[in-house]
Amino acid sequence: MTHTRPTLVVVGHGMVGHRFVQAAVERGLTETHGVVVLGEEPRAAYDRVALTSFFAADSADELSLLPEGEYADPRVRLVLDAAVTAIDRTERVVTYVSPAPRASAEPLANPGAVHEIGYDVLVLATGAAPFVPPVPGRELDNVFVYRTIEDLEAIREASTTATAGAVIGGGLLGLEAANALHQLGVRTHVVEMAPRLMAVQVDDAGGATLRRHVEQLGLSIHTGVMTELIEGDADGVVSGLKFADAEEPLPVEIVVFSAGIRPRDALARECDLEVAERGGILVDEQCRTSDDRVFAIGECAAPGGRMYGLVAPGYAMAEVVVDALLEGPGTFTGADMSTKLKLLGVDVASFGDAFATAEGSLELVYSDAVAGVYKKLVISEDGTRLLGGILVGDASAYGVLRPLVASGIALPDNPESLILPVSSGAAPLGMPDEAQVCSCNDVTKGQIKHAVGEEGCETVADVKRCTRAGSTCGSCVGLVKSIIEEHFESVGKVVDRGLCEHFRLSRQELFDIVAVHGYKRFDDIVEAHGTGRGCDVCKPAIASILASQFNGHVLDRGTRQLQDTNDAYLANIQRNGTYSVVPRIPGGEITPDKLIVIGEVARDFNLYTKITGGQRIDLFGARMEELPAIWRRLVDAGFESGHAYGKSLRTVKSCVGSTWCRFGVQDSVGLAIALELRYRGLRSPHKLKGGVSGCARECAEARSKDFGVIATEKGWNLYVGGNGGAVPAHARLLAGDLDTETLVSYLDRFLMYYIRTADRLQRTAGWIDSLDGGLDRVREVVVDDALGLGAELEAEMERHVGSYFDEWKATLEDPEKLGRFVSFVNAPDTPDPAISFTEERGQIRPADPDAPVVLAATIPVGAPVDAAVLG
Amino acid sequence: MTRGDRTWEKVCPLADLEIERGVTALVHGQAVAIFRTHDGEVYALGNHDPFAKASVLARGIVGTRDGIPFVASPMHKHAFDLRSGVCLDDEHASVPCYEVLIEDGVVHIGGRRREVA
Repeated sequence: MTHTRPTLVVVGHGMVGHRFVQAAVERGLTETHGVVVLGEEPRAAYDRVALTSFFAADSADELSLLPEGEYADPRVRLVLDAAVTAIDRTERVVTYVSPAPRASAEPLANPGAVHEIGYDVLVLATGAAPFVPPVPGRELDNVFVYRTIEDLEAIREASTTATAGAVIGGGLLGLEAANALHQLGVRTHVVEMAPRLMAVQVDDAGGATLRRHVEQLGLSIHTGVMTELIEGDADGVVSGLKFADAEEPLPVEIVVFSAGIRPRDALARECDLEVAERGGILVDEQCRTSDDRVFAIGECAAPGGRMYGLVAPGYAMAEVVVDALLEGPGTFTGADMSTKLKLLGVDVASFGDAFATAEGSLELVYSDAVAGVYKKLVISEDGTRLLGGILVGDASAYGVLRPLVASGIALPDNPESLILPVSSGAAPLGMPDEAQVCSCNDVTKGQIKHAVGEEGCETVADVKRCTRAGSTCGSCVGLVKSIIEEHFESVGKVVDRGLCEHFRLSRQELFDIVAVHGYKRFDDIVEAHGTGRGCDVCKPAIASILASQFNGHVLDRGTRQLQDTNDAYLANIQRNGTYSVVPRIPGGEITPDKLIVIGEVARDFNLYTKITGGQRIDLFGARMEELPAIWRRLVDAGFESGHAYGKSLRTVKSCVGSTWCRFGVQDSVGLAIALELRYRGLRSPHKLKGGVSGCARECAEARSKDFGVIATEKGWNLYVGGNGGAVPAHARLLAGDLDTETLVSYLDRFLMYYIRTADRLQRTAGWIDSLDGGLDRVREVVVDDALGLGAELEAEMERHVGSYFDEWKATLEDPEKLGRFVSFVNAPDTPDPAISFTEERGQIRPADPDAPVVLAATIPVGAPVDAAVLG
Repeated sequence: MTRGDRTWEKVCPLADLEIERGVTALVHGQAVAIFRTHDGEVYALGNHDPFAKASVLARGIVGTRDGIPFVASPMHKHAFDLRSGVCLDDEHASVPCYEVLIEDGVVHIGGRRREVA
């Protein structure tokens, strides 16, 4: 085997393996190395932390971290369904079998083929396996573990005939598994050997509070209980659980083991890499094993002999190895094991010295049994520093408290205020720069301040893009925001969410005020809620809000003086003051007859013609006073406004889809046309673009759009938040395998929620980033209807669709609106002499404004004007 | 004849000027942008945006900045003081400012003002 470039082989495509590849691509390691990733599961990496949501999700794709199934970087090759069976460190060869053998498969069916691949560098990211204690009966049918999507599919299958099930293990994962069983409609028992739930993270009082919450949901909790035997029926299927000190077995038909995890280090043991005493591949601070060419990261690794069963330390290890391969100085020296999560709808957080093990430490406890809230702070003996704490039922203070522990800064005089319900939750102003704010991506306060002070970041979205803070779990977004505000206050810049000097209100607040009061005129709004006479910032924003809510004509009296440059003349102004005209061509589909009309109009008015990126045709060089005549011809031929001039829906681009394409699986053109016609004319905070692709080849580039739809065998995947431009963003999966009706209702909700709450000139990508919780928040509101707004948002969209009209046609029918389309109020027949054209490649183009103007030769119509006046 | 001495030219009825929405007039061979503000004042500036080098100012949004009536060029949003033609974003730039007279409900534009307010 010969290589022109060194080969880096990654064993394992879980969350950490995926992060490693991402980091390798981002930091340029693929410039020098070819990367081969061998994943054992049949699907690409997915979000195992959110595994429980699999049942709520419409498809496994929603959990996927790589929905495309391959990396965009062609130098990374991903091989799935490949089980590594041996590593030869002398020859530097990895042996794998594909397809990987499955426990559930027939033993003789389709034995996988054996492959070999040579490596120069090997990264082991094999993860961990569930620990199944040696309880008799564990080999029975309907005994499961809880680790992969396949495990969940098997549990779901079993749940269709089961009435009761037990989860053995009452820790973090056990409760996740119990939640899954409970969601499947199975009466759920949780069996825990320790005297309380989540014994590693919370104390007795916290465990009791958590237990009350869980029991209220209808789950049964058995703590301090030892499982002696799993009983089976005649068919070898689980029938009950026998506890050590109980007479009668607990009747259950499903058992799920979730009693901890063990590092998957067997491959490493077999090739004689050093392993830690308690399991895990022993690695140094650069995550290098006892073999210089082999690294181990994530749950299979044991840096300093200790294994880390959380994803954040795994991510940190992945970054460290990429850094090491680039000869950087990064090291992994342990991780903050603080935890904050929502289990069965209950907030639980545990951080620092949660059990007050430090000498002389004090505890400060707040407990409200009725509300089900328990909070404990562990404070140093002298009362000056926070050492740790536990929060159950309300973990909102976590974002503030955890950095206090990490940084060791002095507590306020009344530390109880930090956990009392009135607590403001504001950022502790004295937080030092070294304090870690985002634990997922290891971003400190100092880095955020630098991004704000030196790199020009002004919003949470900017900071996310710049530092990644808040871009993973989103729990620190509130803190990030207060750090930004604190910085601006410290430099004397007024932190003002207001639109401009005339309104101290944000766009969202103005939107709500207009909705509540039913204002229809700028004058009323500025008199009641603003000052002065407005400007080029607030007027178009209010015009857009009024258009979104009432869908009147933008050139109606009372709103036309608010319109921005292009809306004011329903066309796009160009550098020489002329306009371009874009008729709507829904989905990019056009008949030859209509194409000929566009050609004739362009020829007759001598317009420069160009095909746009949105699959339509732009006609340039129209003088303002020519616009009505041009549109008269277009409207007569059945065209309507393309709203290329508006902050509104532009186009829904499509590929040709299943109608013609031999690869297409759905009618993408039909859907694109339907969506474009549905949302045409919808005024929004910024322009909106859509795309529909008929198969996963994605020829419509839908994922570069605000909303992108990609056909699947079963329906449509909906992606949101993409855009091209200076800061390109790839749209992310909102929901998968939707039928068309559900797709449209989600899109209705998504767009209306965006229109209601986004800032002025904020594209969907930035808007999603700015939300507390990011895309997950959008999914809660749009898919789960967490705010109960779904029907209202859909009704608003219905109202828009019902009230749509073509604003160019309406303009042509209204002499009062047409009156303003003149060159000069006192000489309407004289074309503006300042506009002139030359020719290039057989079409017109604006004359260079600095070049001498030869008027008579270049003004195509109207009376000549004395050239001297321009001289 | 200097520009300041030019005679008044009738442009249009005052009623044709909408509040905060400009019009363009051809006055003495020049394109002039005429605006009527919310308080009833009428102002006239050269229509040519010196930054964008295009004759467009009349199509801009009219408002106030710190109480000063201004128009924002539709090209790149440079703000011009309606009273003087001075650019509020760059004091070295300005556009011509013309005398305005309302007589018998008709707007008249005079010569270029030599001194700004």
